[in-house]
Amino acid sequence: MNNLWGDSLSGFWSAWIIIITLGTIALSVWILLANRRTDKTPDAEGNVETTGHAADGIEEYDNPLPQWWFKLFILTVVFALGYLVLYPGLGNYAGVLGWSQEGQWEEEVAQAEERFTPIFAQYQEVPIPELAEDNEAMQVAERIFQNNCAVCHGSNAQGGYGFPNLTDDDWLYGGEPDNIVQTLTNGRNGLMPSWQQLGQNNIENLTQYVLSLSDEAHDEAQAEQGESTFTAVCAACHGPSGTGNTALGAPNLTDNTWLYLAPGQEVGDSIRQTLRNGRNGHMPAQAAYIGEERVHLVAAYVYSLRLAD
Amino acid sequence: MKHEIVEKNVGLLAVLILVVISFGGLAEVVPLFFQKQTTEPVEGLEPLSALELEGRDIYRREGCVGCHSQMVRPFRAETERYGHYNVAGEQVYEHNFLWGSKRTGPDLARVGGRYSDDWHRAHLYNPRDVVPESIMPAYPWLFENTLDGDATPRKMRTLRQLGVPYTDEDIANATADVRGTQEITALVAYLQQLGTVLEGTR
Repeated sequence: MNNLWGDSLSGFWSAWIIIITLGTIALSVWILLANRRTDKTPDAEGNVETTGHAADGIEEYDNPLPQWWFKLFILTVVFALGYLVLYPGLGNYAGVLGWSQEGQWEEEVAQAEERFTPIFAQYQEVPIPELAEDNEAMQVAERIFQNNCAVCHGSNAQGGYGFPNLTDDDWLYGGEPDNIVQTLTNGRNGLMPSWQQLGQNNIENLTQYVLSLSDEAHDEAQAEQGESTFTAVCAACHGPSGTGNTALGAPNLTDNTWLYLAPGQEVGDSIRQTLRNGRNGHMPAQAAYIGEERVHLVAAYVYSLRLAD
Repeated sequence: MKHEIVEKNVGLLAVLILVVISFGGLAEVVPLFFQKQTTEPVEGLEPLSALELEGRDIYRREGCVGCHSQMVRPFRAETERYGHYNVAGEQVYEHNFLWGSKRTGPDLARVGGRYSDDWHRAHLYNPRDVVPESIMPAYPWLFENTLDGDATPRKMRTLRQLGVPYTDEDIANATADVRGTQEITALVAYLQQLGTVLEGTR
């Protein structure tokens, strides 16, 4: 990684910090020593004179600093000097231990990599369908899924309004191991354009036709009229029979699975909305976040969801 | 100097106290004003667009900073979850900083691009719709309010005085760029650019 912690300080500012830091310590020690003793001595009976201050008749004894307090102060000074020798504190001086925030982080990362890399490498060797049946691997994968995928697809992977259910048999981009790895690695961009320009009538006819594809309640006559528009306009992506195209992510319209069906919404209304406004489904690429090995593992987890029941 | 002199002259006492307590700032803060690492932007850093800037102000208005930090610290536990730790050069155009100090929700320093625009919109409309366990408040009014952009050029001019390199053109187009836009769109635009400048930071 680039040197993000930046360049060292210029000589002037380095000296500035050193002088202020050491000067402050020296000043504190001087004040401490200068006030250590009092010039007044106790008399034979141990009574000390007062400082002469009096407020509302309360007077202040002129005693020397208590020994425990004095020694504690000296101890803090010794600690401070020891710290400044060991750790970076004085301008550009790096400290005897060579500790840095970045170094500590790099060490943590290196330790983790040493520990986890062999595990992930071992999983990487196993083909996804086989890995999907490995309970231990799936426990690891589930954690990764929960941390990275569940935010959209839900902690039970059943998706939600606009976010695909991963537990059913309906795959926008295909459910084979390669498809899933591809989706995870590079993300997906599903674009259904708006068909507002077809006009209100055509949209209504198309809606009835799409409803008829999955045997939903529909208007026969309108659906019949919609068929020709469907063939001319929609079939390019959704296929002549409306079964979709996983290469484009065009959904199957015949299986009665509706990605954009809001809770409580009529299927017809959802279709009308889609036709009028279009849809834009975006799954961000995950490889950059979790890396190839974890993609493999999560792909196996997603693949395993079909085995659950 | 006698104690008595200091103790009996409040003005002198105040001055000496100021001198003493300024040592910390002089040693720890002042050198940073002159260090390239903290004053120069990282490569590729652009000022926020008019829309993103308005989004940032909505972020501030709604108090997002109270529950979300924008500060990934250099610990593996954090970089593993959020991405690369923050560096000073990413923040040179930030006035004020929105680092925050409390995480009731997750850190957002690198949330840009993590989720889709649709997800953010659904989530801000009602967080429970997408994350059933969430305790975040809903912000449905962001969908009703639209921006008029009247104050946007003034905001940009002020930021320019503070060193953010907005051009005259940026400022001239600012109002037109945001006028009539839903607040949610501005906020999502702001969120989607967070932490995306630094390359290779996941």
